Parts: sequence; structure tokens; C-alpha cells
Amino acid sequence: MRVSVAWLREWVDAPADPAVLEEALVRVGIEVEEVVDLAATVDGALVVGRVLSIEELTGYKKPIRYCQVDVGDVDSGDRVRGIICGATNFAAGDLVVVALPGTVLPGGFAIAARRTYDRVSDGMICSARELGIGEDHSGIIVLPPDSAAPGDPARPLVGLDDVVLDLEVTPDRGYCLSVRGIARELSHALGVAYRDPAHAVEAPGATDEPPYPVTVEDPVGCDRFAARLVRGIDPAAPTPPVIRNRLAVAGIRSISLAVDITNYLMLELGQPMHAFDPNRLSGPLLVRRARAGERLTTLDGVDRKLDPEDMVICDDTGPISLAAVMGGENSEMQPDSVDVLFEAAHWDPVMVSRTARRHRLLSEAAKRWERGVDPRLALVALEKAVRLLTGYGGGELDPRILDVDHVVAPKPVRVAADLPSRVAGVPYEAERVTGLLTGIGCAVAPVGDVLVVTPPTWRPDLLQPADLAEEVVRLDGYDKVPSVLPVAPPGRGLTAGQRRKRSVGRALAENGYVEVLSYPFTSASVLDALQVPEGDPRRTVVRLTNPLSDEEPLLRTTLLPPLLGTLRRNLGRGMRDLALYEVGPVFRATGATGTPPVMGVDGRPDEADLVAAERFVPQQPWHVAAVLAGDVEPAGWWGAGRAASWADAVQAARTVVSAAGLHAVVRAGTQPPWHPGRCAGIVVNGEVVGYAGELHPAVCSALDLPRRTAAMELSLDALPLPGVVPAPRISTYPPALIDVALVVDAATPAADVEAALVSGAGELLESVRLFDVYTSEQLGAGRRSLAYKLTFRAPDRTLTVEEAVAARDAAVAVAAECYGAMLRGA
Amino acid sequence: MSYRSDPYDPKQVALLDQTALDDAVAGAEKAFAAAADLDALTALKPAHLGDRAPVSLARREIGALPPAAKSDAGKRVNEARAAVQAAFDARSAQLTAEREQKVLAQEAVDVTLPWDRRPRGARHPLTTLMERIGDLFVGMGYEIAEGPEAELEWYNFDALNIPPDHPARGLMDTFFVDVPGLVLRTHTSPVQARTMLTRPLPIYVVVPGRTYRTDELDATHTPVFHQVEGLVVDKGITMAHLRGTLDHFARAMFGAGARTRWRPHYFPFTEPSAEFDVWFPEHRDGPQWVEWGGCGMVNPRVLRAVGVDPDEYSGFAFGMGIERTLMFRNGVSDMRDMIEGDVRFTRAFGMDV
Repeated sequence: MRVSVAWLREWVDAPADPAVLEEALVRVGIEVEEVVDLAATVDGALVVGRVLSIEELTGYKKPIRYCQVDVGDVDSGDRVRGIICGATNFAAGDLVVVALPGTVLPGGFAIAARRTYDRVSDGMICSARELGIGEDHSGIIVLPPDSAAPGDPARPLVGLDDVVLDLEVTPDRGYCLSVRGIARELSHALGVAYRDPAHAVEAPGATDEPPYPVTVEDPVGCDRFAARLVRGIDPAAPTPPVIRNRLAVAGIRSISLAVDITNYLMLELGQPMHAFDPNRLSGPLLVRRARAGERLTTLDGVDRKLDPEDMVICDDTGPISLAAVMGGENSEMQPDSVDVLFEAAHWDPVMVSRTARRHRLLSEAAKRWERGVDPRLALVALEKAVRLLTGYGGGELDPRILDVDHVVAPKPVRVAADLPSRVAGVPYEAERVTGLLTGIGCAVAPVGDVLVVTPPTWRPDLLQPADLAEEVVRLDGYDKVPSVLPVAPPGRGLTAGQRRKRSVGRALAENGYVEVLSYPFTSASVLDALQVPEGDPRRTVVRLTNPLSDEEPLLRTTLLPPLLGTLRRNLGRGMRDLALYEVGPVFRATGATGTPPVMGVDGRPDEADLVAAERFVPQQPWHVAAVLAGDVEPAGWWGAGRAASWADAVQAARTVVSAAGLHAVVRAGTQPPWHPGRCAGIVVNGEVVGYAGELHPAVCSALDLPRRTAAMELSLDALPLPGVVPAPRISTYPPALIDVALVVDAATPAADVEAALVSGAGELLESVRLFDVYTSEQLGAGRRSLAYKLTFRAPDRTLTVEEAVAARDAAVAVAAECYGAMLRGA
Repeated sequence: MSYRSDPYDPKQVALLDQTALDDAVAGAEKAFAAAADLDALTALKPAHLGDRAPVSLARREIGALPPAAKSDAGKRVNEARAAVQAAFDARSAQLTAEREQKVLAQEAVDVTLPWDRRPRGARHPLTTLMERIGDLFVGMGYEIAEGPEAELEWYNFDALNIPPDHPARGLMDTFFVDVPGLVLRTHTSPVQARTMLTRPLPIYVVVPGRTYRTDELDATHTPVFHQVEGLVVDKGITMAHLRGTLDHFARAMFGAGARTRWRPHYFPFTEPSAEFDVWFPEHRDGPQWVEWGGCGMVNPRVLRAVGVDPDEYSGFAFGMGIERTLMFRNGVSDMRDMIEGDVRFTRAFGMDV
């Protein structure tokens, strides 16, 4: 909310220094977004001028006037100046605002005497927008007749002597969306006198006869409806500058005297109002819920379909106003309206909140209603409105007053007198608690150790003891709360899963991979490009109903789409050799149908409901993925680099599994998006936990990735958590080393041959390592030689050559039996 | 010497003459010193220490001496031989050292050559910053709690005292998904409700995690971001405990000179509530107050919704944005640098932040 400091100071004896006001407001919880000193927004001479004569220039595309303007006794230059003006909303004799040469307007627009339209223009006649005090650019500012003399400083007349505070009010404190509320808070913060603008006038109560017949059919949606009538005003009466200027700084356009008054009082008191032209109403008014199928064209020209939850004000023709949110076109004040029916009501905040959101009409009124409006303001607002209207627009006040009042008084809250102390850890005396609560308008009655506190009508947010405790701590000062570090009971440290996530990340980073944290959004077209088939679990997607971009409406089911996108972005920035990884959740729809059980908040929900609700939560297993392109080892003075390949991706998978304290078994696999001949399934404890290898060439080309881009992705959550690691027995006897070269069918996986050797070698085998893979014509097509180094060692003796050879033979025998392996050279 | 009066022929034992022995030692020393390298020295060895060397021949003459003279002669010959051997050994050691020196000199390399054949990777600073914060609190006895990112509205809103028509719900800029009653969590706070429903009291947890709001990405906003949240529920917890915890946290993150300042604020799930600033002495634009996060005492309504008796227990909660913390702590000027995954950004942080 933007509010004038001068206006605030009418009601609170606060100093004018904006720095003091800012500090005070922040201290009581009102954020100051900006302080605008309006006097400083225009630099230089801004004076009142009287238009003496107007010469209409012809021959231009738009109307252009050359005016002779009396700018009074200004030190330098002539009293009467010729000024070019493009507006036509003024006549000779009018008082206007003139920026003399040398003046700089907001936005750095410097005024100088210059030749234009074949005349010398010696200054500028200003519009509200040019002065930065409003949006109105339809014409220049015309000051009320006799409000000043030529040469007078113009700033005070257009509100440019004021300071504007732009305040952010939290949603619980609707009363602060008004001068009344802000001034009140300033009085608390600064300990200065406050005059409640709601008590500034004596407001008479309802009369037996209403000025206009109104029936409230739904007192839940509308617990108060008050109205007063003024007849025979001057429809051309201008809004006084002070009202116009204060509306302008709040960002509200001046429309007509009657409408401006309703907006002015909304800003001052916080009571939204409405002005009807009673001559455009047919028959009595009815306040009710809308009926299915009803429509209303609101003031913004939008034809709206009403919802049975909306409240409407109707006449004989049907709805004429979307209650509390926006009026209808058909009952609105017209430029020639002479009679005014002011309405000040009180609406159900929840209803307004829903209606405003349903119709996307977060009007200034709706903003106040949903945050809570003081229900005791209606008659005061009406009294102020009719006084202002008759004062500035003439007319005759109808003495009858309508007030349909179903307002329920605020419920008293019972709060232990020591609760604020127990909440804050600050000892407050009982008198201090009572004093602070009384200060904000509560009625406080002590009953033993309990205070029975009745909040003021403008504080619908004070409902429970904690709310009152907050008020005490806030007004006493948050800075009084001491600093005491609590001692937590002994914790159990990180869980095994949390440690594993860290280990996996560190292992990949230490092995050359750079972590990225991608947005988890993707699209069906990327899944298509990855060749993910229909029916694949990666197609059971969760869809955003309001995605940031229609291009990416899905939550990822695999880490690869966003990760490959990040790879591409880095490539686009000129990096060629890339190894990236990501650890994060993927999302899989559960397929639950219906809706989750409705769970209340008055106590712990039923266990059955909690379980049933959980079925709607998508599975969100944590995955780890890595992608590689370019060289994994760079070229250098040592020689050539080594291109990243399927093998690096598979090794990344091994690294992850081993960082998780497990052993990965690698098998040939087929899984899109990987190359069918270069894809490894990663198996842990007999379960496939992911895949690694080179991406399918078609995938690379569809996603605009370099050829032979490699990738791996594992489900971290599919990895079992390792138990306690059993310590190995370390033998100190010497090893026996034997190399074997086995010729096998080239299609036989090396891992299988190795497994056969291990199973055959028995307990003496300490380790086996493949050190050479060899093909030649001599071996024959489709055959290859795999050379292994076998290390044998006994725990309790030095092995004899015979023992070692026997173990080797046993190992080779199993390989021969399982895979037809032949000892090379044998 | 007395042997001149002996009846033996002195010519037969000329080599035993002390002068001859001295000459032999001197000759050997001179020859060894002249040897240029170990090979030359080895070549000289037979001439001075071999069977035909003067000291060896002198030893043979001892037999010709009368028994009374043998002992003395033997002693002198041994001394001479030992002197020759010592000269040889000394020279040998010297030449060996010289040769090793030369080899080492020849083997010298340019140690400034690069050897980055296996470039190191890096962890994302947001990850390491969250771990650092987690470690701080784990060290204080807290545990780390986690929860789903696609979350039930009940946990994200209702249980946190944000009923369906509350204005705060409209301010959350929520992502909705095509599952009824489900949203992308707008804060880490739903984990509060999950934690209180599942963990025994008292509760001391921190919750790092990813959160979502429908902001457009720009230099200071991102729709996907991270928070760390703290929750304590115990008997007798007060705002003073909250301040003590935040002050300790601030000092651990920003140095001993850091402290916090509170501004009253509104959050539905805490009452009283505050936003807090941290005094950051090392800020790159000079020491200053920086907006850091939100905090407050857990609203009794929240405690009731998860079955905790607010008359028996009270609690505090606090939370802050990790991106924001990284921005001012490490001087990141553009939010997008943290989001886009440019390896140059992440590499700069290495393995810790």
C-alpha cells in the first residue's frame, strides 16, 4: 500500500522524518518497500500559471495549441511566456502547472526553451503523468479556479510536497491497509498520540425508514449492509486536489467526485464502499448468492458467469454488482448522475477470497475484504462520505439511513497472564501485558491468573492465546528477546541413506564429474527422442497443470532429459570435454484414482486416512546419473587425449555402487536410450539397478548431442544399504602368480569367463585381473583371447608350485566347461 | 733402525724399507687421486693393492727376516697396506658420489609441466552448503529429516494452518499437478508436519531440500530453489531459544562477528513470527545487515493438527533460502549461475563451499 505521510500525520503525532517512520514501521512488522520524497522527483521551478490566450495551430496531425501563460514574477525571464501544448482540456483563464526551462521532470526529462511547431516554447504545461503523480495523461492538470495565483509554487497544489511510503502489509493484518491502521501502528511504535479517524465524526444510526429498500437474504455472506442517499449533486463538481493527489499516490485514478470519495474513504478507514446511481436501479435491492447460470458484466467490461457461491447485489433486473469485488456496468455512476446511493457493507472474507480468485479480480476492495475489514465502520464511512459529497458537490442529504446489521461481536480469548513470558522467554509483568493489549484496542479483564481478552473489531486475526502473546512480544520489542542456545538430546547422526548420497556424490566428483542441479521438468517429446517405449515405467508421468512452460509440462521420470539439456548448454558455451552428474529424485505417478481423504486439522488425522492419502503421493526414488562427451582425459604434451566412451559410463556406475559399499555385476543389456550393442545392465544382489553405456546414435542426433555421448543412470533407492563390512584375513605368506590366456567365443562376456575362473579356482585364489584382450587371424574369426593374471595365496603356508598349478587348472577347467575356453598355447 | 747391524743381506728386504713403504703409499695415493672415474680407479687397483703391488711384495719379504724383526715389519707393512686401501676407498667413495651426482643432474626434468590428465570434478555449491548446514546441526544433536517434493496439499498447507481460502495460500505461487490434492511443495515446511507425525518427541531436526514456486527465472528469482528449515519441539521452548540457535547458526556460517536481528512478520505456521536479518561482516560490499530468512514459534494450531499437545510442548521453526545464502555469502551476483549448470561456475567451488 502506498500512503502519504502528510495524511498519516493528520491522525498520529509522528515526526515527518521518513527515516524515523521507516524504522518505526519495520519494528512493528510493516515492511517499508520504498520511501518516495515527491518534492525531489521534480527538480527546478514548478509554478502556477494562468492561461491568458490560446492560439490553435493548424496543419498538424494532432491539435496543437500555442498558449500565452502568465507565470507571475519569476526572477529570470518574462512574466508572460509562450508555451506549446498538445492537450485541449483547458480554456483561457484556467490555472495550470508550468515547468519552467531548467526544470527536470521524473525520468530525467529536462525542460528547455526550444523551437517547435514554428514557435518558441518557453516551458511546459504539465499533466499528472509527466509529474509522476498519477497515470492520467488524457490532459494537463487544471487547478481549481482561484486556488492560487500565477507564480505561486505549484508543488503543494499537486501534492508534490509530500512523502509517500510504499508499505508491504502481511496478510493477517487487513486493518493496516488503511491510513487508520498504519497511523495506529505508528502510535504504538513511537509512543505518540493517535486520533482514530473512525471516531472523528458522530455517525447516526439506522432510521425506521430506509432511504432505499434493501433485503439481505444471506446474512452469512453479508453480515452488514448500510446505505445512505444524496440527491441533486452537481455532476461536474471536481474532486478536490488533496483527494485526487492522495488517490494518485495510491495508484487510484480519479473518476468522479462520488467514486473518488468511496476510494478515498477506503484508503483512510479501510472500508471499501460502492456508489450506485439510484436512478439506474429498478426496484428494491436484494443481497443474495448468485444463481447458477446468472451473468454479470462488471465495470471492467468483462461478461462473467456467476457461481452459486458468489454474493451479488440484485435489483429487479437481476445482479447489478459482484458483491465486495466489483460493481456492474448497469448501475454505475455516470458523468451526468445527480443522485448517489452510497453502500458500505461487510462481507464474509472466505466468500470474497473465493470469488476474487474464481473471477481473477483481486481488486483493492477484495484485497481488504479477504484480509478482514472492521465491521463497525459502515456508518462512520457513510457519514464521512455524505459530508464530503455534499461539501464538494452540493445536493440534498436524505435523512434516512439503512443499516442491516447481523455482525457478531468478537469472541473473548482466555489467555494465561504468563503466556507471553513463556512464549518469549522474557519476564513480562502482568500490568505490562494488560497495558500492551489494551493499547491495541483490546478489552482486558483479569480472572485470577487468566486474562479474558476481547479483541477490537478491526483485529479478526486475534483468535487464540498465541496471537495475543505475539502482540505483547511485538509491541514490547522483538529486540528484547535474549539469546539462549538450547541443548538438544543426543542425536544419531546422518542416516545410512544420507551418508550414501554424500559418498556417491563425492566419489563421482573425485573421479572427474561435475555436479549439476537441473530443474526436474521435461516433456513427452524428449521421452520420444530418448526412444522410451509406451508402457515403459518412465512413461508413467506426473503432469503439471500450470507448468512454467508448455514445452516442459512433465516431472522427470529419469534424470537424463534435464541432465542432457545441461550438457548441451555447456557445449553451446564452448566447453567440449564434459563429464556431469546429478543426484536427485524422479517422479512416477502412482495411478491412484479418486481424491485423497479429507483430513482435518483439529487433531492428529486417522492412521487409515494418512495411509490412504499417501497412496496419492508419486513415488519419488532418488537416482544418480552421469553423462560424458568429448575427451575424458585431455590431450597434452604427454600425447593424445582419450575420448569418453561407453566404458567410462559403465565405470561411473561401478564407482557409484562401490561408493555405496556394494559390488556391481555388469551384464550386457538393452534399454533405450542406449546403443543396443553398447549398453550395460548394472546388477546388484541380482537386481538390475540401472544402465550405462553409449547413447543410441539416433538419440544423439535427435537431441543434438555429440556422437558417442555416454551416460549412466542408477536408482540409488534400489541399492540395498550395506551392513557391517567383515574384515578380510590378511595372509603374510608369499603369493603365487600365474597368467592364463583363454581363447573363447568373441561373444562370451569377459565378466562371465572371469566368474567361471573364480568359481573354479577355489579358496586359494586371492585375485583375478584381466590384463589383455587379443584377436587375430590365427585365433580365427569370432574368437578372442582373454589373458588373466591369477594370484594365489594360502593363509597359513607358502604355496608349492604344484598347489598353485592345480588351482589354476581347476579354474581353467570350469571356464572350459562353461564357455569352451581353451588354454592358449596348450 | 737396528737391523743394519743384522747379519742378513739388506738387499733382499729392500721393499720392507720404511722409505719404500712410504713411497708405495704415496705413489698409490697419487695414482688414485689422478683416476678420473671409477673405471680408471678400478684399473689402478691391481697395481697398488694386487698380488704384485709393492705392499704385497713387501709382505712376502717378511719371511726373510729374523724372528725378532718380523713383528715390527709386519706391523709396518699392514699399516702401509691399510693406508693404500683407505686411499682407494676414499677415492672410490668420492667418485661414486660424483657419478651419482651426475646421474641426478642428467635426470632433471621441468617440474612445471602440467599433468592434468585426470581432471577433478566438483560438487555443486548448493549441495555442499546444505551439507555444511546439516553438519553444523547434526553436531548439535539435531537429525536431518526429509520429505517428498511432490507433496499432499494437506502437509504443504492445511496442517501448517493455511486453510484453502487463506490469502497466504494465494501468495504461495503454487505449482499444481494432475493428481488431486497434490502440489509441488512451496517450502520445506511440510516436512515439519511429517516429522511431528512420525518421530517421537522431543524433536530437533533440520530439513534441507528443494522447493518450487511459479516465479520466472531471472537474476534474483528461480522457480526451483532450495531451503533449509529447522524445527524444535520440546517442553519449555521459547523465542529466546530460537534466537540463541539463530545466533549460533549465523556465527558458524558468517564468522564470530555475525548476529541476527528480527522484524515482526506473519507466517501462518508460526505465532509469533519474524523475518530475520544477519549482520555479515565479510560482505563483499562491506559489513551490513542482510535479509536471511523467516522464523517463529510453532503455531499451536500446527501442533494440534499433528496431535502434539500445545499445552505441554512448544517449539520453534526457522527457514532460509540456500540460493540466497550462497548469493550473499559467496558473492554470487546472478541467480542463473546456480541454476544453469555451467561447469565453470561449479568447478570454482571444488569439493566444499
